[in-house]
This record gives sequence, structure tokens and C-alpha cells, in this order.
Amino acid sequence: MRIDTQSRLFRNPLSLRYPLTAALIVVFVILSGSQRANALPAFARKYGLRCSACHESWPQLNNFGLKFRDNGYQLMNDHDAPIWQNPSYWPVTFRITPIWHRLSVNQNVDTYAGGVQTGTNSAIDRISSSGFDLSGLDFHTGGTLEKNISFYVLPSSDPTGAFHFETVMGRLDNLFGSPWLNIKFGRFELNNLLSEKRTLFLTGNGGIYQTYHFIPVGDGNIFGQMGDNQLGLEYVGHSVDDRTRISASLLSSSDGNVNLIMGANSYSEFFTFDQAFDAGKLGVQRLGAYAFVGQAATYYKTSGGVPIPGSGIGNKGFSREGFYGQFYFGPHFDLNVVTQHGQDNAWFGQGYGNPIATNGNGAATCTAAPCPPNNFPGTALPVGAQAPSWNGVTFEARYVYSPQLIFLAVYETERMSQQANGSGYTVGFTGPNGLTGPSASNLGNISNYTIGYRYNPFMTSRAGFAWHNEFNIFHQQGTGPASPISGLSTNLTVSELLLGFDFDF
Amino acid sequence: MRRSLIRWSLFLLAAAVFSLPLVSWAQLTKADLDSRLKMESHVGNITGHAKDGAADYHRYCEGCHGVRGDGNGEVAQWFDPPNFPKPRDFQLGIFKCRSTPTGTLPTDQDLYDAISRGFDRSGMPIWNTFTKQERVDLVAWVKHFSPRFVSEKPGTAIQIPPEPEVTAERVKAGREVFARVQCWKCHGVTGEANGPSASTLQDDLGRPIAAFNFTEGSRPKCGDTDQDIYRIFMTGLDGTPMPSFADNIKPDEAWDLVFYLRSLMREPSKEKAIAQQLGLKPVDPNAPAPTQ
Repeated sequence: MRIDTQSRLFRNPLSLRYPLTAALIVVFVILSGSQRANALPAFARKYGLRCSACHESWPQLNNFGLKFRDNGYQLMNDHDAPIWQNPSYWPVTFRITPIWHRLSVNQNVDTYAGGVQTGTNSAIDRISSSGFDLSGLDFHTGGTLEKNISFYVLPSSDPTGAFHFETVMGRLDNLFGSPWLNIKFGRFELNNLLSEKRTLFLTGNGGIYQTYHFIPVGDGNIFGQMGDNQLGLEYVGHSVDDRTRISASLLSSSDGNVNLIMGANSYSEFFTFDQAFDAGKLGVQRLGAYAFVGQAATYYKTSGGVPIPGSGIGNKGFSREGFYGQFYFGPHFDLNVVTQHGQDNAWFGQGYGNPIATNGNGAATCTAAPCPPNNFPGTALPVGAQAPSWNGVTFEARYVYSPQLIFLAVYETERMSQQANGSGYTVGFTGPNGLTGPSASNLGNISNYTIGYRYNPFMTSRAGFAWHNEFNIFHQQGTGPASPISGLSTNLTVSELLLGFDFDF
Repeated sequence: MRRSLIRWSLFLLAAAVFSLPLVSWAQLTKADLDSRLKMESHVGNITGHAKDGAADYHRYCEGCHGVRGDGNGEVAQWFDPPNFPKPRDFQLGIFKCRSTPTGTLPTDQDLYDAISRGFDRSGMPIWNTFTKQERVDLVAWVKHFSPRFVSEKPGTAIQIPPEPEVTAERVKAGREVFARVQCWKCHGVTGEANGPSASTLQDDLGRPIAAFNFTEGSRPKCGDTDQDIYRIFMTGLDGTPMPSFADNIKPDEAWDLVFYLRSLMREPSKEKAIAQQLGLKPVDPNAPAPTQ
């Protein structure tokens, strides 16, 4: 006699001990009535595994998924080579997210009286708008070309349909039969333990990690953004069980922009190390550290006064370093922590570094004021200019009720420890970074809060579909609209409520 | 009004009477369920509990092995035997990879090793990213699906004598064993899984199953050490046509066979070098069967 013991633990509707379970069953029954997508997610289809095998919740990887990725999208069995695949297999996954969201932001507005404009940016108002909207479209395609040779290509569009290549890379894995020798080449996400490209959040400010992108107010260094995919070469090594992982990357200091539009000879390096520990019933705990050290140009030669793309010299340094922690408290709850100490050279702090306004695909030199400053020969730093530095931390907690229902929360804070315009800065003098006089110690500080949940009404190896609900509040000191009374910048507060369908097929 | 009341009373009475057998059934199954849900496993000094493995099973295993552990998970339909065998039906309590004699239950260590090692030529990955405790909990959860683990004890692990030195004589002797017990009928004379019976092989559930191809470089299903290979043909792979040869092969001969099988494998080995040096030819299927 076969007995459904699982149902007793999880699914017996007669028990009704958990009202939430009962409610979810109803939702499940309603939503599962919808027809399944016919096309298939790339890797799950290849190996016949459910999404939940590799993803805590798609696209966030769990430890097994991390090992799969580190092995070059291979399970390390004899089905890795594409020769095992059905000839019709096409490793492509599409992802797009129709949403409804409500955005609210405080900003300066013009004032009117009697139908006539009486002031320009002379008041502060809160602009709130809501409506149906759309994310961009991602084409994820990846897999093995041969055993231990893999690739990943991700053409990605913005909501208007303008495409760029988010990821393009080839991998050589397990060189000489060793998991410690793997090479990645192309444009790829840095080896961040807490992956921004796999974040479960979708709002504008919640969908990126502020810690990975923080730049002091007025700073011209766009090159130290760990959250952006970068162009370069990466070495990755790991133990067979993936408990120990190391990586070292050599990157162009271009923030992933193509066509050699930035420095003539500017490179950065990114290093990571993490070690996992076996903590019994709590699960696998992981601790790690990273360092992002680089140089980027501050002086671009000009032609007719216009910066020449790719001519950047006068390299100045920057660094980002910190720790990772990934802590599991049993199968349902985990906490991720990322810390960062960042520092930019004083020249970056004064706004030098990026006179090429870019759109991610190529050059478009600045054509409208205020253009970023250019460090022409003979330029001197303003008196009191100093290297800006800051500290940040990200806490991300997830409660996995089941692989199909996950609750999420993130808190991030970025705090300046030294402003570019130090106390010796001339009072009332506006520097090349556009800031006047010594900066307030908290200028640019960020607090970012996001909560949400994702519910997958079904979970198969063939398609992913989630109902997503999220709320974010972003707060930054001194970057909001100017006060009509004092003329000083107020604080910026942006909030966003988002509901949507996140699906891949 | 009174008529309606009587009608309802009769209906409820009938419903109660018909429900009685269900109550009785529920009580019986409850006791069975309770004992199974309290299933434990022991690997080393770690004790696993079935209930603690349920969440991981739900996340990682259920897609193939199914909610009930019957091997009918949502993706099982896509598995295409013999190259991609169907997921194991845990309810049957029959396992290929055991250290115990054929027909007996595996030890907890056997199941733990299967989870940690995974299986080549199947959809079963290497699950070594779990903590040891999580794997031992999963073993207990896997066991809870089969009533066999309530009513039977696992078999006693077979004794594997110390591995002798590889010699040319032993490799040659292994070839004789290979011929005598007719391994070639399924695995082929060169180990390429193309013996005369290979295309007809079925598992106990009537599904096509492939013999192991020694020459293509895959890991043997139940481990790739010499001890693992020894164990495979002395315990057999239950549920498959691969029998136990414990009654046909003496331990010393078993080691000879291990050495000969190594010489058939693609990977370079001392045995392979010896076989090449000897100019060892594949067995002749038409030769008179050697006697023991």
C-alpha cells in the first residue's frame, strides 16, 4: 500500500492547521489552472532538474547552483557535453516582467499663479505616479560547447527595446583536470557572492545593491561599480565541493563600456576569496572577502575642445574592499551580509574621471552642461580637496517558506567617512565637482529599505513564473531638491511599490 | 419540517456509518505513518531524522523522485531509459548500490554515499554541497518512503579482503573469470556494452537498461575505486539484471576480475599497461566455457 506521507506534512487540506497553507492552496489551484509556457529554461531543461535545485528562488543561486556555475554550467557528470542533448535543444531562456508600480519622489517644481509661471524650481513637491509598465527583455543563453568549455551570452533590452550585451563570455573549465583552474573571458559579472544580477528585487533602487554602486556626491569615478558587468579576464578556482572559492580578475577600467572609449591604458583588478563551513542542521555557512583595486583616467585629450574617446591618461587610483557573509539558519532562513570600505583618489572626488557620457554601448561625448571636468595639463586640485572615503553595509534576509514562496528584506546603508570637499575647502567656493564649500559630513549618505515576497504558483523544470510584490524606500542626504528658502539641497526620498509577474520560459 | 429533519438525520447516519471504515483505515495508517516519520539514520556519529530532511527533499529531490518517493516526479517523464534511467522508486526499498548482500536493504552509509557521489549516466547529480547532517537527514527521509525499512534491518556489509598486488597472472586470471561467468554477454568482449544480451536488458520494472560500458570513461555507478568495483559484482545491483556473483566467484578471483576490468577501462592504469604488454586479446565467446 502506498501512503502519501508527504501530504501529511505539507499538503493535507483536511488538517487546516495552518490557515496560510490553506489560503495558498486556494491561490495555487487558481493559478495552476493557467496553461504552462511551452518553451523551456535553459539549464533546468538540459538536466531535468527543477528550478529549486539550483535556485533559492529564481534567479538567486543556492549552494548547489553556485557549484554548478563554478563548474562552468556543468553538473560534472557524463551529461555535461552537448552531444548528450536532444538535437532540438536550444539553450535559451527569455525573461520579461510586466508590472504595475507606483513611484514617488520629492523634487523642485515651478510655481504658477493665475495661469502664469511665478517661479522656476521655486517649490518642492512630491511627484507620485502609478501605472502599468514593463521591464526590459533578457535573452539568457548559455551552456557547454564541449565538456569543460562553456559560454554565456545575454542580450538585454531596456523597456523601449534598445539592446546591449549584458554578458558575453567564454569559459575554459577544469584545466588539467583541476577545479582550481578555470578561466573566464569577456563581459561578465564579477565573482560577487551576493549577486546583483541574480537579485530577487525588481524596483529601481531595490533592484541594485547600493553598496555595489555607491559613488560620493560629485565624484567622477564610475569605474568602481562592482555591481556592473565588467570586461576582462577572470581566473576562478574552487574545491570539488565548492566549499573554498577564489578568483582574480583583470578588467578594463571602463565599467563594462565597449569600444575602448575610456582610458588609453587603464586596468583594474578584482579579487575574492570565500570559505564555507559545515554547520550541521543550520546548513552551510560562508565567509569571504573581496578587494577591487583599480586605476582610471582623469585627463582626456580633446579635439576642438571635445574629449577624444579612448584617449584617457593621467590614471588615478580607487579601491573597494570588504567582507561577505552568508549565514543559513536551517532550511528556511538565511542572512547575507556585504560590507564595504571605499576610497577614491582626490581627483575623482573633484569630479574628474568620466568626460565621456556613455550609454553602455559606446561613446557619446558630453554635449550639454554641466560636463564632467577634464584634468588638463597644469590643472591643480582646489585647496582642501581630499580623497573621499566611505563605509557601507548590505543586509539581505530571506525566509523561504517553501521553494515556491519566499519573503525578502534588504537594508543598506552607506556612510561617508571623508568628504572630497574637506574642512579646508574655501567657504563659498564651488569646486569642479559642483559642490560649494566644505561638504557636510553626511552629504550623500544612503539608507535603503526593501521588503517583498515572491510566490511561484508552480515549480517545474520547464518554465519559471512568479507573482512578485515589493516595496522600497530610498533615502539620501543632501541630494534632494533645493530648498526654496535656504537654497540648500534637502534630502532625497524615493519610494516605489511594485507588483508584477516575473517569468522566464 | 419533521420530514426534512428525519431525512437529514438518516443522511448523516448513513454518512457516519460509511465513514467508520475510513476512520479505522486512518488509525491504521497513522500508526504506520508515525513510525515512518520517526525514522532515523546513523552515519558515523551523526544521527539523521526524517522530518528534518523533508524540506531539502522537497526542494532538491522531489522534482525527480516525486512527492511520494515513487520516482514519478514532475520531470521523470522526460527521462529516457536506457541512456537516462528513470528516477529511483524509494517505496520499493530496492537499491542498486549497496555494501550488503543482494536482496537486503542497504546501510545508511550506502545511501549517504549515493547522495554524496551521484550517479553518472543518470539525472542524479553529486549532492556534496549539503552539510553532512543534511545528507544524513535526507537518508532518513528517503528510508521513510518504504515500509521495508520499518520491518527489516539492513544487511550486513560484505567483507572485502585486502587488495592484492596487481600482476600479469592476476590480470590473465581475471580474463578467465570474465569469460567463465559470462560478463561478456552483456558488457561485450571488449567491455563496450555490446554483448549479445545488451539490447534486451530490462530492469525489474520492465524498463530498458544499459550495461556498463567500460571503455567510454564514465564512472561506474556505485563508485570508481577498486573496492567499489569489487563490491558491485559481489553484491549485485538489485533491481537490475546485474546479479550478485558472491556464490560464483571466490574473493581472490574477484580481485582478479577487478584487475581485468581495469584493463578494459579507458583511463590509463597499471592493469591496462600489463594487458597491452601481454597482448591480451578479448575473450572468445565461442570458446568452450571454462570450468571452475
